[in-house]
Amino acid sequence: MRQFSYSRPDTLDAAQRIPEHTRYLAGGTNLIDLMKSDVERPKHVVDLNALSMSQIEERPDGGLRIGALATNADTAAHPLVTERYPLLASAILAGASPQIRNRATNGGNLNQRTRCHYFYDPDMACNKRSPGTGCSAKGGRNRIMAILGTSEACIATFPSDMCVALAAMNATVNLTGPEGERSVPLRDYHRLPENTPWQDNILRAGEIVTSIDLPPLSFGPHHTYLKIRDRLSFAFAIVSVAAGLQMENNTIRKACIAMGGVGTKPWCVPEAEALLEGKTPSPSLFRDAADCLLQGAVTDRDNAAKLKLAPRVIIRALSQAAAGTPQSQTQKTIF
Amino acid sequence: MTDVSVASPCHLQINGKSYSADLPPSVTLLDLLRERLDLTGTKKGCDHGQCGACTVLVDGKRVKSCLILAVSIPDAEVTTIEGLAPDGHLHPMQQAFIDRDAFQCGYCTPGQIMSAVALLEEGHVHTREEIREFMSGNLCRCGAYNGIIDAIEQVLAQHQQDRAGEAA
Repeated sequence: MRQFSYSRPDTLDAAQRIPEHTRYLAGGTNLIDLMKSDVERPKHVVDLNALSMSQIEERPDGGLRIGALATNADTAAHPLVTERYPLLASAILAGASPQIRNRATNGGNLNQRTRCHYFYDPDMACNKRSPGTGCSAKGGRNRIMAILGTSEACIATFPSDMCVALAAMNATVNLTGPEGERSVPLRDYHRLPENTPWQDNILRAGEIVTSIDLPPLSFGPHHTYLKIRDRLSFAFAIVSVAAGLQMENNTIRKACIAMGGVGTKPWCVPEAEALLEGKTPSPSLFRDAADCLLQGAVTDRDNAAKLKLAPRVIIRALSQAAAGTPQSQTQKTIF
Repeated sequence: MTDVSVASPCHLQINGKSYSADLPPSVTLLDLLRERLDLTGTKKGCDHGQCGACTVLVDGKRVKSCLILAVSIPDAEVTTIEGLAPDGHLHPMQQAFIDRDAFQCGYCTPGQIMSAVALLEEGHVHTREEIREFMSGNLCRCGAYNGIIDAIEQVLAQHQQDRAGEAA
């Protein structure tokens, strides 16, 4: 690892007055790995862990605020999360491993980088890592790459499971920076690569994620996080779906759905949610929703299988949610 | 501008002993343990957080020591495999790994044992499936998984008996 200077400020104000070439450190489970791989080369590392941002608390509107520095493990095990947002707990537990979740933070989860092999290899061309060098993944070994939201410049997926559930639930990201505080819908937080794939999200210099707000939402048992991957645990999604349905007399009143593993960001299509609302669950309805979610998908050399797999995962996830039988993250049989 | 410096202070409790030094911030907890303190029970496998051989406890929680900067956990209590049996008597999990033939080459074993000890403290697992899932952060290239699950199941059963005894 290259050398860098380290500081651990105890106020947000101090944390925001940073020199160029600084990276913020939270759990470090992605950043330190990237520094070892020489993908991230910060001159300064500013450790945020002395700041008080690990709260998990109820909001006046009935929602929940989860602190950016709360760990993934503490968030998934928190009673307010397991009781009221089991879809979020499930998605968190579907990701990484217990040791990683004990360190990884909620803010860090939002800001993690892609696991594209070419991004991780400094010898390869990659527009996300080294702007203007090209995209080795296009036409390369791209079985794991995205089929939605891609551009000529980049086809890398955004790897989070947690953010797929947050996107489905329309969470809000709270930020503070040199220009003040602002809140951004999670669905707008991550950017499409377009012709600037090195910008993963809308964060500005010196801006820090302080917390994430979950809206008041209850699906009862009508939710699921269904993740398909190359091995049963501790692997990134090939295709995943977070689905939550508000059901009333076998009619879908509200539908919340997002996909992971297929998009360059957590993938949501409001038209697909609207198409489900007011309807009675049925295989043909779910097929229509899958078609709508996958509209515009483009495959490359090796990843055409995702286009076959994705509608099946969407239909299965919506069936699980409608039936009120969420996917277990320990008993791996898919019903 | 915030205060920055090249060498940073590091204060830790490692297996009950105080450790203080100024370290380059790039030193990981794993490299501190192995290269500077000769605590080589903790293993370096992948050095990228994927294999679990470097698992230790930080403030009682299992973590991958290869992904932690030593200077970033001030005053933390670190427990390594060497700290598990300070008086020479094996920890029940160590004994169970011997009883159940839970290793071949042994390279992943310290990480497996530290992870398994924390797993039982976390209290989320009750079944074999759950043990498998919550041990997914520890790989064994020899494939001794069945013995590893057997060993953990053995200690889990003891744990549950002890807890039932306490409750009665």
